[in-house]
Amino acid sequence: MENLLSIITFLPLLGAAILVVFLRGDDAYAQRNAKILALVTTLATFVISAVAIYSEFDPSNTGFQMVENHQWLAGLNYKMGVDGISVLFVMLTTFLMPVVIGACWTVTYRVKEYMVLFLVLETLMIAVFCALDLVLFYVVFEAGLIPMFLIVGIWGGKDRIYASFKFFLYTLLGSVLMLVAMIAMWMEAGTTDIPTLLNHEFSYAPMTVLGFQIMGGLQTLLFLAFFASFAVKMPMWPVHTWLPDAHVQAPTAGSVVLAAILLKMGGYGFLRFSLPMFPVASELLATFVMTLSVIAIIYTSLVAMMQEDMKKLIAYSSVAHMGFVTMGIFTLNQQGVDGAIFQMLSHGFISGALFLGVGVIYDRMHTRDIDAYGGLVIRMPAYALVFMLFTMANVGLPGTSGFIGEFLTLLAAFKANTWIAFGATTGVILSAGYALWLYRRVVFGDLIKESLKSITDMNTRERLMMAPLIIMTILLGVYPALVLDIIGPSVNALLENVTSAQAAAADAVPAAVEATVEAH
Amino acid sequence: METILLFAPLVGSIICGFGHKMIGEKVAMGVSTGLLFLSAILSWVMFLTFHGETEIISLFRWVESGSLSTDWAIRVDRLTVIMLIVINTVSALVHLYSWGYMADDPQWKEGESYKPRFFAYLSFFTFAMLMLVTSDNLLQMFFGWEGVGVASYLLIGFYYRKPSAGAAAMKAFIVNRVGDFGFALGIFGLFYLTDSINFSEVLDPNTAKDLSKQTFMFLSWEMNALEVVTFLLFVGAMGKSAQLMLHTWLPDAMEGPTPVSALIHAATMVTAGVFMVCRLAPLMEYAEFTPNFIVFIGATTAFFAATVGLVQNDIKRVIAYSTCSQLGYMFVAAGVGAYGAAMFHLFTHAFFKAMLFLGAGSVIHAMHHEQDMRNYGNLRKKIPYTFAAMMIGTLAITGVGIPLTHIGFAGFLSKDAIIEIAFAGGTGVAQYAFWALVVAAAMTSFYSWRLIFLTFYGTERGDKHTHDHAHESPLTMIIPLGVLALGAIFAGMLWYEDFFGHHYQEWFGTAIYENHATNHVVHDAHNVAKWVKVSPFVAMTFGFILSWLMYIKFPTAPAALAKQQSALYQFLLNKWYFDELYDLMFVRPAKALGVFLWKKGDGKVIDGGINGLAMGIIPWFTRLAGRAQSGYLFHYAFAMFLGLAAIITWFVVGGTF
Repeated sequence: MENLLSIITFLPLLGAAILVVFLRGDDAYAQRNAKILALVTTLATFVISAVAIYSEFDPSNTGFQMVENHQWLAGLNYKMGVDGISVLFVMLTTFLMPVVIGACWTVTYRVKEYMVLFLVLETLMIAVFCALDLVLFYVVFEAGLIPMFLIVGIWGGKDRIYASFKFFLYTLLGSVLMLVAMIAMWMEAGTTDIPTLLNHEFSYAPMTVLGFQIMGGLQTLLFLAFFASFAVKMPMWPVHTWLPDAHVQAPTAGSVVLAAILLKMGGYGFLRFSLPMFPVASELLATFVMTLSVIAIIYTSLVAMMQEDMKKLIAYSSVAHMGFVTMGIFTLNQQGVDGAIFQMLSHGFISGALFLGVGVIYDRMHTRDIDAYGGLVIRMPAYALVFMLFTMANVGLPGTSGFIGEFLTLLAAFKANTWIAFGATTGVILSAGYALWLYRRVVFGDLIKESLKSITDMNTRERLMMAPLIIMTILLGVYPALVLDIIGPSVNALLENVTSAQAAAADAVPAAVEATVEAH
Repeated sequence: METILLFAPLVGSIICGFGHKMIGEKVAMGVSTGLLFLSAILSWVMFLTFHGETEIISLFRWVESGSLSTDWAIRVDRLTVIMLIVINTVSALVHLYSWGYMADDPQWKEGESYKPRFFAYLSFFTFAMLMLVTSDNLLQMFFGWEGVGVASYLLIGFYYRKPSAGAAAMKAFIVNRVGDFGFALGIFGLFYLTDSINFSEVLDPNTAKDLSKQTFMFLSWEMNALEVVTFLLFVGAMGKSAQLMLHTWLPDAMEGPTPVSALIHAATMVTAGVFMVCRLAPLMEYAEFTPNFIVFIGATTAFFAATVGLVQNDIKRVIAYSTCSQLGYMFVAAGVGAYGAAMFHLFTHAFFKAMLFLGAGSVIHAMHHEQDMRNYGNLRKKIPYTFAAMMIGTLAITGVGIPLTHIGFAGFLSKDAIIEIAFAGGTGVAQYAFWALVVAAAMTSFYSWRLIFLTFYGTERGDKHTHDHAHESPLTMIIPLGVLALGAIFAGMLWYEDFFGHHYQEWFGTAIYENHATNHVVHDAHNVAKWVKVSPFVAMTFGFILSWLMYIKFPTAPAALAKQQSALYQFLLNKWYFDELYDLMFVRPAKALGVFLWKKGDGKVIDGGINGLAMGIIPWFTRLAGRAQSGYLFHYAFAMFLGLAAIITWFVVGGTF
């Protein structure tokens, strides 16, 4: 069947359109209908995507599959397709969205609009991972942030304006540079078709800009422009400070989407653009990126330890975990890239669950202050158990999915540079520090605070939201082949291209230098 | 059979933990205890019928990425079957014991259900420990390694109302993680150098031989590959086995219920480090620096922990330090290359130390959860069975036996063997170890008898009411003590020949590897001078006499001595000030740095920069936006579409399509 990816992509948008057009009123009944329709839409999207990808996608084929190509406006192309690197991100998105909608259930303010935004967001996120045309990618990549701004800005906490503004400023810088880079790429290659660009060799002859000699030439410049955008999205140190603020202000469902899916767009961008299109620059800058990653891991873990706000703590821990991802990608070897992708998927489940967990008690107590809690285990045993599981997954306990990604990226880092591996491995100590301290202060201890005496355990809806995340976290921890078998061949092909391009460049550069010398 | 044995505790844990509401508390506890006994019986069957050939059963694939390929698998060899009986026997008995010990725990309020949770944790721990010892690659070992860490964390923090329990649990996990940091780096290094972490390659002596000739850049220094890798792996062992510098969590771990201390912090988990060194024998054999380091750390720990044990007042802490010290003995043996002797002491120690802990639990149970020995005294008549058990345990740990024969309590055979081995080790560090261990043996005897005298002899001290109501423990607690007593008496004599006799290598088969070109320490140990063989006995007698003088003959002497040697006493009582030192060196700086990076780094430098920029732009935006609320959002959209318009125009004007 053709157009499967488009069906998956636009089904949520269709749901949103139905909501906008047909749903009237804002009473409890209408609100309920809006939520149910959104839930049904996201569930249907998940089922269709699972069936379609299971039946159509062949992991051993490393090229793009399920490709669609249509003329769009003004000579641009609408081209979609997935490979082993992107397909699981599509699955991650469709898998998590029903859970996200479930997390919206307690919202009562402008419910219809809220649901519409999440559905639009889902369409845009899926499109990011499927887009095979530069312009299409740019549009959906940037447009995806608009619903997120609105979700934070309208349904957020009391400092939501500052938070969204910060988010906006950071992102603007990155996207302007990326746009310029894309134009430059089109000028050099004459196409915006991503599969073609992947085979295009961008110039890496050293060039001089404003009197500075630039190693790797155009590739380096393009790499840095993309880097500005992706590094903000990841987010990497030192452009990470928007994330804790955005998380603190975002409503629970917004935090889940942000941490679980939106952060992955940066990592995906590195794998789709930076590594394969600018292999020479990637090699030149690998140590630089890995160093930033290690700083992120240590720095944000230490900062996380001292947080007083639960969401901020988890947000900082997300930055640390994304540090493993960027480190893994730029080790430029199989375990590193496999581990980075695995870590991104796993972090989707784990951080999603942690933010949901904060949401559960926030809904009851309306505070995220760690000091306001203590002894929850006494009244909320089921919650204590779930939160323990995800705390352990967050610190990378073997047997949970959190371990596999960390292990593979660290293993790979050791090959690349022992200092990097040494620094990053301290993350396993620090993460245990902040995560267990949080758990101890919130869940352990005696329940003495008057306000907590009547707190209730998780209800059925909350348990149903957690269940799929628990299953995935343990399943992938025990049998990671489910993921590694799918991404492995594509990653292998990607790295082979990168190495052969680097080898070619290594041969060519001395020749080019000689040629220049002779010409003089 | 292996699969049933391995997964029965997991099944028990799940049924007990999640199903107890459905099937009832008693049934749930019965299921987990029953399954553990099944595992224990199967392990004895395996141990007694084991033929000596290594057998590997693959279960299913685990992590596979590029050249890395690891399976979930069960490796059965002599080392494994020894560990299986140790783990499952002690675990089954501890399950049974907990029926009595946990029956009415004053930590809990009326109607609170805590027993199924306790049994589920115990069974889960057992499963993780079994995964550790049956692993066929370093990754599965790491799984078990961290799995037992979590179980230990949960059980130390079992009394979650107590803030001290929460703190101790966290400390245990984090200190262990410091060790795991080394372990993990060791695994990475090994994979980097040999492209495999499966035992089939890693344990091949040729691998070790090659590695010993290689160097590689570790951090900024060119170092010998084998030394680096083995050292890093041993750091993991130091954490788990509470060796000096990474030992601080073990005494605090006594916050957990006493059955936990017996199972995890005496018999099984803490010996995982020793097991690891023995498992990696081929690597250790070709290394030079690391084994010496192991001997040094082991001997120093044995000495250090014994000194601290001399003055502790909490009955469980005395035994905890004693455990720490005995683990040091095992490391000395493993470090000089007598892996069989290390496993022998591990094996006998499991019985008598578990019994000492369970005996202490029985005393604590009788005394209404009073743990301070200063409030005990003259209990031998009131709890005679417990007294007998503790007596046997003490005779075993202090190493009572007939000198120059192989007749004696378990510790007599295994501990004395290690002292002889240390003497036979030949190197300077082994000589140091010999003297440290002999002195430690004297101190072991002193503090063990001190415990007995303070608890069971002398006059009744402390709360009179508690003493009046002191009662013998129920049968579920006495039976495990009896079974372990058999082990404490006979385990040494029965298995001496197998573990440490002239043909021990045949018995171990391929499970341990010794490089005969350089390693003949066991042979030498059998032929050491008579004074060496008698020295631990002399030390033990000296410790006993001193203890008897101070606590029976002249009961006022200890207080006077403490007063006279106040500085030394405080130094020992405060455990050489390790906790204070670490707090000053690591905990506080980390917290301060965290605050600094947060407030100054993120706040001042990064956000300060952004805000400076923002202050210039915000007014501009607010002027443009009709409503200040979320106006800039539309501007973002506007800016983006402007960009898009620009690019489209570019295309259209460019007209290349």
